[in-house]
Amino acid sequence: MAELKAGARLKIAVCDTQVMVIAAPEGEVALCCGGAPMLEVTAESPGGEIAAEHRNGSQIGKRYVNEAGDLELLCTKPGEGSLAVAGAALKLKEAKALPSSD
Amino acid sequence: MNLMMLLEMASQGMGDRVAVQCEGDRWGVEELFAAAGRVAARIRASGVQHVSVLDVSSPAVPLALFAASWAGVPFVPLNYRLTGPELDALIERVTPALLVTDAERAPKLRGRPGLEVWTREELLRVGRCDEAPPESDWGMDPDEIAILLFTSGTTGVPKAAVLRHKHMVSYILGSVEFMAAAPEDAALVSVPPYHVAGTAAVLSSLYAGRRIVQLPGFAAEAWLKTADEAGVTHAFVVPTMLARIVAAMEEKGLPAPSALRSLAYGGGKMPLPVIERAMGHFPDVAFTNAYGLTETSSTIAVLGPAEHRAAHASADEAARRRLGSAGLPLPGVEVEIRDEDGKAVAAGQRGEIFVRGEQVSGEYLGRGSQLVAGGWFPTHDGGYLDEEGYLFVEGRIDDVIVRGGENLSPGEIEDVLHAHPAVADCAVVGIPDEQWGEAVAAAVVLKDGAQADTAELQAWVKQHLRSSRVPEQIRFDSELPYNETGKLLRRKIRFA
Repeated sequence: MAELKAGARLKIAVCDTQVMVIAAPEGEVALCCGGAPMLEVTAESPGGEIAAEHRNGSQIGKRYVNEAGDLELLCTKPGEGSLAVAGAALKLKEAKALPSSD
Repeated sequence: MNLMMLLEMASQGMGDRVAVQCEGDRWGVEELFAAAGRVAARIRASGVQHVSVLDVSSPAVPLALFAASWAGVPFVPLNYRLTGPELDALIERVTPALLVTDAERAPKLRGRPGLEVWTREELLRVGRCDEAPPESDWGMDPDEIAILLFTSGTTGVPKAAVLRHKHMVSYILGSVEFMAAAPEDAALVSVPPYHVAGTAAVLSSLYAGRRIVQLPGFAAEAWLKTADEAGVTHAFVVPTMLARIVAAMEEKGLPAPSALRSLAYGGGKMPLPVIERAMGHFPDVAFTNAYGLTETSSTIAVLGPAEHRAAHASADEAARRRLGSAGLPLPGVEVEIRDEDGKAVAAGQRGEIFVRGEQVSGEYLGRGSQLVAGGWFPTHDGGYLDEEGYLFVEGRIDDVIVRGGENLSPGEIEDVLHAHPAVADCAVVGIPDEQWGEAVAAAVVLKDGAQADTAELQAWVKQHLRSSRVPEQIRFDSELPYNETGKLLRRKIRFA
């Protein structure tokens, strides 16, 4: 478990997924991907296997949010594992339809 | 955070799309990514502290921008219209630098201390050489400076606005959905690279997966031709460009570009008659008004296509007036109107526009942050919010005319003059007045063949506004002074 800061980049040992933290609640967050805890992008990778129930994949450029809506991640590299906090899968955030302004 | 993160994502998610094309030269997204790495390696080896582009739009602009981000030095586009001492002063402020320029200027600038000069072609050649690009090792410090943009200096020595990686990345993540563009979408970029909209357009198009079509140097007919031939679907223009495009279509009977479906405008106040005429000429195009400043990493409020159509079709005056508004703030941006004492005012009341958000920098190099308590940036623009939160921008606070203790907004009077059928363009300024301190004066450009005299225009203003707003002097000119990005140079309008 670790505290998450907006702007932090995280990776996972069991697949290629990388995320950037857009917003995070205060305190420690048990953020996992593919069933394994997420690590600082610069950390050593211990390796391992994706847990079967967390193999729904992550999609590049998509935002993922928790049920409470206070955690938001941007997937910067896609992978086979799926994102979850304390076992609860994160959901895809609906895209805001903004007109192109430049 | 680093702008390179955006290019890396684009390269991984849609590397086979075209990133940018200019006069037949096309660069793929993946190709641009690798090229940025090769150029970054050279930048690092040279030890320069800035990467500067003194040139019109070309693929060298996005390449230099991303290579600078990769190498960890600020990207500084310079106004290519500057010459002599003005340009020398800016170059001195960025050395030691790598300067990319055209083949004609390059030999004249070579040999200056601290300046490494490359032509545009040399930069592109390094980008396309067969060296292996380095590892993805750019810094991720969000506080590193991404871009320095010199303000146009209409009020004195140019200031360098500081845009850090966190500001620009926040702007893109907050306003653009990754890969939202269809594979055939293309955006025409005709604003120069040294304008914040030029840089913002590169970043948002790339992140959305929209092919960038560059037009080096704006001319109305070339804009229409390029847009049509390159299958352009989206474009951004400043108001003077739109006025010229519409005039060219009317004079020469030219059609709208066949694939165009979205046209955004900003960078200055759009006269209501110009946008209304444009909507008539582009019936199938969705219009978006974007309001933003260099210091806010471009757009902070937008009036979208649906609101344009609703306002255009409405008989209700309040709804129609909204066509002249800047719309609603972006989701990550807060807007507040404050009075002279710094207190927030209610809807409908005029004051200074303050803005806050992750994309707001509000910092000038060597002068520090201009943000006030709570992270609010005073824009120096005057305006108001209506009951539904629509933002109306009325011009620079410094341009306000103080007549007998009453604050008059030039924009309000200009709107009324613009609505007169004989008026093509106008500018309202304050002139010294013994009795009132300042009095209202107007410079007016009449439409070809149209007639109106001072008395008629005075009566017209009096019919729509309080008598204190009626110009005491009206001068008729053949054109008004604008700078090349469409900013009205009010200080150049003088009355005897």
